Amino acid sequence: MADFVLRALAAGLLVALITGPLGCFIVWRRMAYFGDTLAHSALLGISFGLLMDINLQFAVILACLAIALLLVQMESRHHLATDTILGILAHSSLAFGLVILSFTDVNIDLMSYLFGDLLTASNQDLLWISAGVGAALVVLALTWNKLLTITLHQELAQVEGLAVGKIRLLLMLLIATVIALSMKVVGILLITSLMIIPPAIARSYSSSPEKMAILASLIGCLAVCGGLLASFYLDTPSGPSIVVSAAVLFMISSSFNRN
Amino acid sequence: MTSTLLNAQNISLAIDGKQILQNITLQIDENQIVTLIGPNGAGKTSLVKIVLGLSKPSAGSVKLRKNLRVGYMPQRLHVDNSMPISVQKFLQLAVRAKPELIEQVLSEVKASQLLHSQIHSLSGGELQRVLLARALIQEPEFLVLDEPVQGVDINGQAELYALISSIRDRHQCGILMVSHDLHLVMSATDEVICLNQHVCCHGHPEQVSNDPAYLELFGKKQAESLAVYAHHHNHNHSLDGEVIDPDHDHTHEGHKHG
Repeated sequence: MADFVLRALAAGLLVALITGPLGCFIVWRRMAYFGDTLAHSALLGISFGLLMDINLQFAVILACLAIALLLVQMESRHHLATDTILGILAHSSLAFGLVILSFTDVNIDLMSYLFGDLLTASNQDLLWISAGVGAALVVLALTWNKLLTITLHQELAQVEGLAVGKIRLLLMLLIATVIALSMKVVGILLITSLMIIPPAIARSYSSSPEKMAILASLIGCLAVCGGLLASFYLDTPSGPSIVVSAAVLFMISSSFNRN
Repeated sequence: MTSTLLNAQNISLAIDGKQILQNITLQIDENQIVTLIGPNGAGKTSLVKIVLGLSKPSAGSVKLRKNLRVGYMPQRLHVDNSMPISVQKFLQLAVRAKPELIEQVLSEVKASQLLHSQIHSLSGGELQRVLLARALIQEPEFLVLDEPVQGVDINGQAELYALISSIRDRHQCGILMVSHDLHLVMSATDEVICLNQHVCCHGHPEQVSNDPAYLELFGKKQAESLAVYAHHHNHNHSLDGEVIDPDHDHTHEGHKHG
């Protein structure tokens, strides 16, 4: 197989390893819309990154964190439901991103950011993704039990002596990092699906949080393989193909569970 | 000599201009069970959160004995259906958990058979026992139980209260407990504090069950069916719990209305 396909496969599999376990937290904590909002704000990061000529991955992480902090602030100030605030933030950050982008004279392929462009992954992209996924996996493994504890009952965790605020911030940082990393794979608009579909499938076959996380990683890898195969042989766009193959796995799995 | 575990002085709490708690003083000693009772919205959980350091009072101070080990049983545990987790894993996540300790606390709450069950499969009473076990893992000197019998049937409630008394006897810990219902906790408590924004009355359970402020708060009919004696009360509560129109300026033990 051609080099670019192998690079694409490696990048996709690496990203699937981390989106599985991290996606579990998004599912358990009912943060799907939150993840989606952060992903939308990634485009704001990209346009600022291009405007100020800084590393795009860092720009995306910064934008995601800024939006996350803004959310916390808005939640305490406004008497609006969280999903309303999330909707405001998600779409206005995406719109701001697009408007700011029009001020830069950089000619970028917007579609590749919105829906991913795995087949053009360079060696440098692969290096970034390996380093980022490696670091995120280590951090996740080290803080796994703490993250579970605050997910189960935040106040109980606090009474038992955990620094709940710091752990929540860490979780947001992890989500922001993974969004920055998986942008290349499925794109801003589809990232959330890669985080929530594999855990949603894994739930029925798991009896512990750890099993669910590992299974979600494997299912994510399967979806990446399926999507890339389709993309290679049927010439379909790679990002959407990966999400389609995850969705097909979900449909197969739920039809089995019904019986 | 008994040692004081908790001393809270003149606690007040107002949120967005709404008074939640007013001038509450509370002391809990070793080996003592104190029960907070009061209607919904009386500020019981707010007071518990202040005692635990989870929120700050607008005024007043909370002093805990130095290096006090605190065990907390929250009002309810909601585990999202999407998370598969066994009782064993849930207890392992406690900050001070050790394998032998987990088996010990589970047998102490008479729930050893639940070790490998999924949290989602537990009944209300079983879940409360598991939560109590989790609090015991801290080997607490001070135990805070927020509505420990919630979602448990009447027989189960009596059993749980008996269990809580036996835990006090075995560990000599102080216990602060929140309850809706005085009559079931009576035998398991040393002191009752009747709360509705302020301390309406407090004392031994029998004493409180006859107290006019208690009768006023919980309705005469319900109270009379269980208590025998009622006399004229010194103040009324409006719907939001404000004290209105004191009939006479007699003061109740422990507090004054100005």
